[in-house]
Amino acid sequence: MDAVTENLAIEVRGLRKAYGTTVAVDGLDLAVRRGEVFALLGPNGAGKTTTVEILEGFRRADGGEIRVLDTDPRAVTPAWRARVGIVLQSTGEFEELTVAEVVHHFATYYPDADDPDKVIERVGLTEKRDARAEKLSGGQKRRLDVALGIIGRPELLFLDEPTTGFDPEARRQFWELIRDLAAAGTTILLTTHYLDEAEALADRVGVIAGGRMVAVAAPADLGDRRNAMATVRWQGPDGPRSERTHTPTAVVAALAERFGGEVPGLTVSRPTLEDIYLSMISKEEAE
Amino acid sequence: MTTVADRPAARSAGRRPGALTIGLSRGALELKQFVRTRAYLVFTLLFPVLIVLIFGAAFHGSAGGGVSYTQYFVTGMIASGLLATGFQNLAIQIPIERDRGVLKRLVGTPMPRSAYFIGKIVMVLVMSVVSTVILLALAVALYGLRLPDTGTKWFTLVWVGLLGVIACTLLGIAYSSLARTGRAAPSMTTPVALVLQFISGVFFVYTSLPGWMQQIAALFPLKWMTQGLRSVFLPDAYAQHEVAHSWELGKVAVVLGAWCVAGLILCLLTFRWTEKD
Repeated sequence: MDAVTENLAIEVRGLRKAYGTTVAVDGLDLAVRRGEVFALLGPNGAGKTTTVEILEGFRRADGGEIRVLDTDPRAVTPAWRARVGIVLQSTGEFEELTVAEVVHHFATYYPDADDPDKVIERVGLTEKRDARAEKLSGGQKRRLDVALGIIGRPELLFLDEPTTGFDPEARRQFWELIRDLAAAGTTILLTTHYLDEAEALADRVGVIAGGRMVAVAAPADLGDRRNAMATVRWQGPDGPRSERTHTPTAVVAALAERFGGEVPGLTVSRPTLEDIYLSMISKEEAE
Repeated sequence: MTTVADRPAARSAGRRPGALTIGLSRGALELKQFVRTRAYLVFTLLFPVLIVLIFGAAFHGSAGGGVSYTQYFVTGMIASGLLATGFQNLAIQIPIERDRGVLKRLVGTPMPRSAYFIGKIVMVLVMSVVSTVILLALAVALYGLRLPDTGTKWFTLVWVGLLGVIACTLLGIAYSSLARTGRAAPSMTTPVALVLQFISGVFFVYTSLPGWMQQIAALFPLKWMTQGLRSVFLPDAYAQHEVAHSWELGKVAVVLGAWCVAGLILCLLTFRWTEKD
């Protein structure tokens, strides 16, 4: 095992998986470093969930080399399971059991479980600890999912679309929790449909389309976004004006001179992660 | 691609409770969930009681040999109670859990898989005892059923009940893999249980059924459970009114034992933790 491999929590080469004649994952490569927050982006049907479920040991790959915490998920042991936390796309239903009952119970599965009450507090469910799971709101149920995902102090945490259906405030709180976990050194593989979420949380993002990884970069660098043309907008005497430019600073300086100070309604914008992502996806689909 | 290099890591992991300990704690959790779910309680406990009360009020005939129809019937209902807590209960509950992703979530943890089944067995055993005690109390209070008066009969009650529950539990777990969705499970399970009750000496006196019906019933466990329980609760002389003019307890043990083995094999071959691969 070389030094590079040692530093990777997830290493995938040439992953393939087909359902009948439908190819879901078609030679996908992925490398996630230890301690990294990595976001997988991609449209529905691109192969995200299939990929994640193969890495989680729920589905068997048809081909490819897969190492997750130095183990092939096709042959996982309880010891490996104890090091991996999973938050599935679907919310688990515990119906009549209370938050505290479920979290305390799941703690008994792990050799080195965290303190259940502390975990309940971390996910912000202390006030709901004696509430039955069926009475929780969608966001609270998701927090319970996360509590169960992290109760075993995982080295690697899978989060499959964790904030779908959250209101903006719940999403911000959830992000804080994920940042705390990342700061504590947990490697996180996140799938999401929300580009702002990927941008807020991920060290790097990977875009999957058609079962392949089409780009991997830091959110700010994706699709050479940092060097993309900027758009300068301002309010001219005859209405809104805009100019696309590689040198926005020069444009703004010129405008400031022309207006003799403040430029009315000035904004400078680069393409958002969403713009870049959408152009990437449409390019893939056109091919 | 699991290499030798993985094994030391596995060994150095800390200790967690064994499958039995976790299984028992799952059993406690399953029981909590069960008693808090009104639908399960009504279905497995209240429903048999209602049936007994309705049939007890509606039918007053004799089952022959000085045994009233209600005594014959309520003995069969105790066996049906075991069928309900073991077979029906699990064959309905497990597909729902599979549908809701509860099973998938459990296999994603280091929980030993056997702990799940131990938990189910604990729940079924406790609920079977509760169901039996309720129906027995009703039968003694309202229909003059006599509690066993010898140690041998108590022993028969225990082994027939236990073998019956184990067979029903394993068959319920195996049957749970047939339903594709949780919603489909009740409609796939209830008719099977109902038909078995009609042909196995619960609602009708077994000897009054056509021969071909008796032969079909004799293939399944319920017929042998009712017969075994009749030997416990009905007078010894009533054995003459059975098809073989005897309680055939040896055969009861063999058939129920065989169903336990078959059920276990079916479970091991067919159990699915997730809806698809």
